[in-house]
Amino acid sequence: MIDKVFESAVAALRDVKDGATVMVGGFGTAGQPTELVDALIAHGARDLTIVNNNAGNGEVGLAALIKARRVKKIICSFPRQTDSYHFDAAYRAGGIELELVPQGNLACRIEAAGAGLGAIYSPTGFGTRLAEGKETRRIDGRDYVLEFPIHADFALIKAERGDRWGNLTYRKAARNFGPIMARAARCTVAQVAAVVALGALDPEIIVTPGIFVHRVVVARNS
Amino acid sequence: MKPLTRNQLAARIAHDIPEGAYVNLGIGAPTLIANFLPKDREIFLHSENGILGMGPAPPAGQEDWDLINAGKQPVTLLTGGAYFHHGDSFAMMRGGHLDICVLGAFQVSASGDLANWHTGEPDAIPAVGGAMDLAAGARQVFVMMDHMTKQGEAKIVERCTYPLTAARCVDRIYTDLAVLDVTERGLVVREMVEGLSFAELQRKTAAPLVQGQSQALP
Repeated sequence: MIDKVFESAVAALRDVKDGATVMVGGFGTAGQPTELVDALIAHGARDLTIVNNNAGNGEVGLAALIKARRVKKIICSFPRQTDSYHFDAAYRAGGIELELVPQGNLACRIEAAGAGLGAIYSPTGFGTRLAEGKETRRIDGRDYVLEFPIHADFALIKAERGDRWGNLTYRKAARNFGPIMARAARCTVAQVAAVVALGALDPEIIVTPGIFVHRVVVARNS
Repeated sequence: MKPLTRNQLAARIAHDIPEGAYVNLGIGAPTLIANFLPKDREIFLHSENGILGMGPAPPAGQEDWDLINAGKQPVTLLTGGAYFHHGDSFAMMRGGHLDICVLGAFQVSASGDLANWHTGEPDAIPAVGGAMDLAAGARQVFVMMDHMTKQGEAKIVERCTYPLTAARCVDRIYTDLAVLDVTERGLVVREMVEGLSFAELQRKTAAPLVQGQSQALP
């Protein structure tokens, strides 16, 4: 019997290695898998490359991971926020590398990884400093920048409900990066508010099919 | 001569958004436009974090932090609205499905280059978000900004000195003094606030202006 449900977040992340690339879902705090990130902090892996839209808010989740000096590099679109002080301090001290990516390029590079594409041509960023040094091409009169996929060892995402096969539904705008990150990682771990019986999720409303999800954890506070 | 207030400017832009338009209002001042959209038009507001049919802020105490806008403030969903993931959301933006986006700007050039994401200061922590995707992808890009900086420098310039968000993307500029179209023949003045002469507007603008059939603003 296939059962992807793990008893705890810590158990679901026990094999994250130092130097791993870890995608973390969420846009700001909406959809941020806080319990999984807490487990990643407890696990102790270092020199991580983190992929997220932001660079942490306040004291929780990703901000706490950065504060604990576990992040070597962050790939994101919008690090600077009013409450991103842990990232700001680490960045100014030279303690964290930043790869700044326009949000849509971040999304489509993650999608490219999940879809098995070698690269994509995106119009976003052409002629700007974020495309400096990158290969470009004019196609049908429009200019594009060659962008490469972002693969990950782990994706940590937050969903609403899941079942033992890993099928997921999401809640409102907390969906954001979850479905695309789930496809781009070798091991996707989803924290859910509730695990329901197989068949309880209407197949018409499953957003992420279980093939993209390897481990499911119930987060009591989700 | 009285410059428009932020709200007057937002109301002026709202007037130009037609029935049925799919619209993204950028973070900051452009979000004010939502307050002035004509009630008799159905207009679809898009938020890049994954919402179409975005409604106003909820009453105090009814915030749902899974339902926020691109500025990470709580919002609501209108009847008929939908949620979707980032791949879909940026396909809407990059794929030319949005009719209009309204963005703030540090500078706009005579040819419609937009600079709105980075001041270029060496110690600034850069952040870009969805600005480049909107500028590159929306069918029409409107800019909403003050005509000059607080220090009295022109924001409409021959060439942007700040790092670009996208080249040749702006279609129309709405400022507290005027409405200008970016055209093949240059920046055409469509509207000016009452009591402002074309010559005076030109003096406040660091790129040549073309006098259109000017109307009073608003």
